[in-house]
Amino acid sequence: MFDPHLWRRQFPILERKVHGKPLVYLDNAATTQKPLAVLDAERYYFEHFNANIHRGVHALSQEASEAFEGAREKIRAFLGAAHVEEIIFTRGATEAINLVAQTWGRTHLEAGDEILISAMEHHANIVPWQMLCEMTGARLKVIPMDERGVLLMDQVDRLLTERTRLVGVTLVSNALGTVNPVTEIIRKAHAVGARVLVDGAQAVAHVAVNMVTLGCDFFVFSGHKLYGPTGIGVLYGKKDLLTAMPPYQGGGDMILQVTFEKTTYNQIPYKFEAGTPHISGAIGLGAAIDFVRSVGLENIAAHEDRLLQEATERAQRVKGLRIIGTAPGKASILSFVLEGIHPHDIGTILDNEGVAIRSGHHCAMPVMDFFSLPATARASFALYNTLEEVERLFQAIERVQKLFLS
Amino acid sequence: MSDLRDLYQEVIFDHNRHPRNFGPLPGANRHADGFNALCGDKLSLNLKVEGGIIQEARFEGSGCAISTASASLMTEALKGRREAEVADLFEGFHRMVKGEPYTVEMGKLAVLAGVSEFPARVKCATLAWHTLNAALHQADQPVSTE
Ligand SMILES: Cc1ncc(COP(=O)(O)O)c(C=O)c1O
Repeated sequence: MFDPHLWRRQFPILERKVHGKPLVYLDNAATTQKPLAVLDAERYYFEHFNANIHRGVHALSQEASEAFEGAREKIRAFLGAAHVEEIIFTRGATEAINLVAQTWGRTHLEAGDEILISAMEHHANIVPWQMLCEMTGARLKVIPMDERGVLLMDQVDRLLTERTRLVGVTLVSNALGTVNPVTEIIRKAHAVGARVLVDGAQAVAHVAVNMVTLGCDFFVFSGHKLYGPTGIGVLYGKKDLLTAMPPYQGGGDMILQVTFEKTTYNQIPYKFEAGTPHISGAIGLGAAIDFVRSVGLENIAAHEDRLLQEATERAQRVKGLRIIGTAPGKASILSFVLEGIHPHDIGTILDNEGVAIRSGHHCAMPVMDFFSLPATARASFALYNTLEEVERLFQAIERVQKLFLS
Repeated sequence: MSDLRDLYQEVIFDHNRHPRNFGPLPGANRHADGFNALCGDKLSLNLKVEGGIIQEARFEGSGCAISTASASLMTEALKGRREAEVADLFEGFHRMVKGEPYTVEMGKLAVLAGVSEFPARVKCATLAWHTLNAALHQADQPVSTE
């Protein structure tokens, strides 16, 4: 039987108090807390074999390189990718999407081509494509959604044309919690010859993925939403695509040979990893993946479903509360608004009760526009959250309403 | 521990529920839009300035209790003021909500002093003032609190 209290001990930060009350951390969709295994792995690296990688014959550099490449292999296995060189380290999901837009995008799109994204994308999966459209003259099109936050799949066939070069879609929406039918989208997109980038930033901590069976062309995520460090993330790309793509940034590590006349680029993945990477971050991410595997992603998902179900039932009983995002089978996110109370005020009062949630537009302003809201309050759950904490959340919401509506 | 009641004073609730000077202002000759990118608050401010005196100030938009009350209180405080006074008042207000010493007489605006205990909310309180600044200087771009 999965017991979150046991795992909580692995997260020292959860013992702290905020405004004199035990912290209830429900902002996991923004970033998750880090277990000891991750903190220890980073510290161990710095204490025992801190060195630059791929550059030295000395022992420390060898060990650091092995740990760094070991992390890459852990990520490959976690994503179920066929080849380890399909795993590129980036700063995060955002940089990974920009990399694809600026390298693959600039060489494959021209005026009149189309990029199709969904109505619930994070700004990170909108803006890089808009920039690419500006550069190339391509057009951005959007798959609409309904009032529940479910994509209108019957529109996809109409929106996909022989000019569609790329479909960018999030697996899990950070603003609504919707889990999108990406397998179906990939199938339809491939049928018209379009490539597909799946934004896995919000998904990887909740949903098991497999690159081979999913069949997407690109997949991105950030380490910090998977119990790992900030500043490290991943771009997965199909080997043949990555090989044919021009490099992103120029510098050390991404070259084979440099003369002032001509530079020969290194092979993948190094071609896309110019400069000294976030070595400790990669090692920490590897440790985070080991940690998640030891807990078991299916255990985590089942536990979070239970929390979400309880929270949803409680929410439905609160007068004046409206849940934003009511798709069936949501993942771990409860977005809501309270009548007559701005989400920002909810956030401050909850914080005063020790309850950390996010209030704002969640970097998904088009989603807010769709629901005609300036913002929502969002509670998002992780493996260490408990039913008691759901209770604390709703006690705090009661306090908000008392304060505002009395 | 910062007390919520220092932030959410009755006057603030009152101005949030019943914002003063809310709505369009026909015949306005100064205008600016303000935007708080962090929380999505939008504010549109209209002024009627004659002979260097602010005759009317009205606002529209949606925001949290702090930004709405701040805009409401600001429009009240502006009426009849000389344009030249506004810079000092803004400066004083800014210092007050950041918890720094200030010398300007704040009058009713002083109810917002509690914001200084809540650094994350300073931007909410100052959105209206940044917008005012833009309106008086006739900036065309919407201002943000960033
Ligand atoms: C769905 C989604 N995509 C992309 C991102 C961007 O991630 P990062 O800021 O770590 O690059 C986020 C983070 O909020 C997200 O939730």
